[in-house]
Amino acid sequence: MSSLEIKDLHVSIGEKQIVKGLTLTVRSGEVHAIMGPNGTGKSTLAKAVAGHPSFTITSGDVLLDGRSILAMQPDERARAGLFLAFQYPSEIPGVSIANFLRAAVQARMGEGEELDATGYYKRLYSKMDLLKIDRKFTSRAINDGFSGGEKKRCEILQMAMLEPKFALMDETDSGLDIDALRIVADGVNALRSTNLGVLMITHYQRLLGYIVPDHVHVMWDGRIVKSGDKSLALELEAKGYDWVKKELVRA
Amino acid sequence: MSASPTLAPAALGSFTPEVFAAHLASVSHLPAWWLDRKRAAYEKFASLPLPKRTDESWRFATLTGLKLDGYVLPAAVTAAQLGHSPIGIAKAGKLVLANNRLVAQEPISAELAGRGVIFETLQNALLKHGDLVKAHLLAQPAKQGSEKFSALHTALLNDGAFIYLPRGVELAEPLAVFHYAHGAAAAVFPHTLVIAEGNSRATVVDFFRSADDGAHFACGQNDLYAAHGAQLTYTAAQTWSRETLSFQSNSIVARRDARVQSFNLHLGGRQSRHESHSELQAPGAHSEMLALTVAHGSQEFDQRTLQIHQAPHTSSNLLYKNALLDQSKTIFSGLIVVDPDAQKTDAYQSNRNLMLSDDAEANSLPGLEIQANDVRCTHGATSSRIDPEQEFYLQARGIRKDDAGELLTFGFFEEVLSKLASEPLHDAFRDLIKTKFKK
Repeated sequence: MSSLEIKDLHVSIGEKQIVKGLTLTVRSGEVHAIMGPNGTGKSTLAKAVAGHPSFTITSGDVLLDGRSILAMQPDERARAGLFLAFQYPSEIPGVSIANFLRAAVQARMGEGEELDATGYYKRLYSKMDLLKIDRKFTSRAINDGFSGGEKKRCEILQMAMLEPKFALMDETDSGLDIDALRIVADGVNALRSTNLGVLMITHYQRLLGYIVPDHVHVMWDGRIVKSGDKSLALELEAKGYDWVKKELVRA
Repeated sequence: MSASPTLAPAALGSFTPEVFAAHLASVSHLPAWWLDRKRAAYEKFASLPLPKRTDESWRFATLTGLKLDGYVLPAAVTAAQLGHSPIGIAKAGKLVLANNRLVAQEPISAELAGRGVIFETLQNALLKHGDLVKAHLLAQPAKQGSEKFSALHTALLNDGAFIYLPRGVELAEPLAVFHYAHGAAAAVFPHTLVIAEGNSRATVVDFFRSADDGAHFACGQNDLYAAHGAQLTYTAAQTWSRETLSFQSNSIVARRDARVQSFNLHLGGRQSRHESHSELQAPGAHSEMLALTVAHGSQEFDQRTLQIHQAPHTSSNLLYKNALLDQSKTIFSGLIVVDPDAQKTDAYQSNRNLMLSDDAEANSLPGLEIQANDVRCTHGATSSRIDPEQEFYLQARGIRKDDAGELLTFGFFEEVLSKLASEPLHDAFRDLIKTKFKK
């Protein structure tokens, strides 16, 4: 059983405080959803935990299995078991998905260890089948000219190949039509297991109809202001974020 | 014979009249016209000064690095001494030259020879096909600043590769030529001459290699002649030792409807000057000029290009990409020249630099000289750093920062590599590029 503990985390961009004391623990097998309006610090939280250099953690800590990851480079955090599914995945012309994923898999192997190419492709193709991704996809450049749905499926494919302990999914539903959303959600559900903890960041309740969370947290102005089970998402949907503003923030 | 008294000894360096006389004596069996040309070339070499600070064609180059002394015309080596390593691609034929002499070869098939294809040493060609060689060997004089070095090349060129493709012959596999320098201070003068007759089609690959990490001197040239409708692909991979001083000049002549693609991969050397000029001599001629460079440590790569449009309805397309690491330096100076009657010229020139280090220096001097009024010519130069968001994206997948830089460099290079039709060559070049990123 693994755990990802976020403890009283404060994150700033330059002089501006964005995350203002957030505490949350995700354990293997759990799916947590963080909901909240735009600009409340959800994406900042995800990127800061993944180690994006533009964000400064001014206080607090992030522990993976009890050990702080804050001194680790983003690639070290990834190899330790963190995965960030990007809201806006980078387009990288000239680097094929196959080469990219092979480099990522190879980075996880020991010094002098050789990648078994046959086994790698077998695994890659089975994950692609699972996600209903055409095999021709692997020779395309990373996200280069991809539709919104293709980009998000590509993120889930990477997650499937890298088998993280914890996935931070940043607005994975944004920009997806209902069919694409269903494919992505099916992919995530297929990866749900007792070995994976998920922190899903979303603006809308819609995604949670497909990926049913165990816990729902409402984020407002850099903090979690309310936590509950999946019914909280429905309540939020019915009452709107104004309710959060009026009822929760005042308290 | 004596050098001009006004010249400092440094202008001759190791290549003294005595060295030239000994070389000339060793090739006395070659045709008289060639020996006359060599004598004239040596005179020219001896009379020209080394590049000066005020020479526009050497702007930005580190002139103190261009010393000609301390080199020797090296002794012959055997194939065993050389330790030649193959590249693992299927070939129609192979020549291995080391220290200016042939050391090994895989001849072309009897079938190709029967159809008139010639693939042999330049010395043999001079003896057997003198008129053909005379018409094309070093037929285009150096135009971009390396007149002195081109003259030295002509004077001391001992042997090289000669390729003749008769009308209409198409080769399915490339012809490969390896040019080695072996031993301390070895001076080599590689040459590859390709004559592609009408509607012939072939790929030629030059490999420039050091057999050891000695401080070599390489002064090479190649002549590519594509007749009416010929399709010639020329690729070269330069992996001289890190202490090598190299000058290479690449001459392309494209006749009516000929298409020439040239690709130069620059990886080795301490200081490497590469000049390449294309002459589009008749309507429909096309030259695609491609180059990739990975500069690291304190390496300097100096590239000068000329696209000369001499006839209407000709086109050229140049794309040179450099990746710079550490304290390395690159220079790109390109010029598109359109003659007055070369209407409907379509010319493109682009130099792109990827800066992987804050201490590296990329210089770009793109240029146009257009005397016709109905043409389309575009040129541009850019230098950029790695996109931090792309780097973070790769790192967020567990890829180390250095490896992310390598992947992004390959991404940057792919636009050029993907233009090579031959998949095995593409892979061979990728493998060579990878060696630059090994710690």
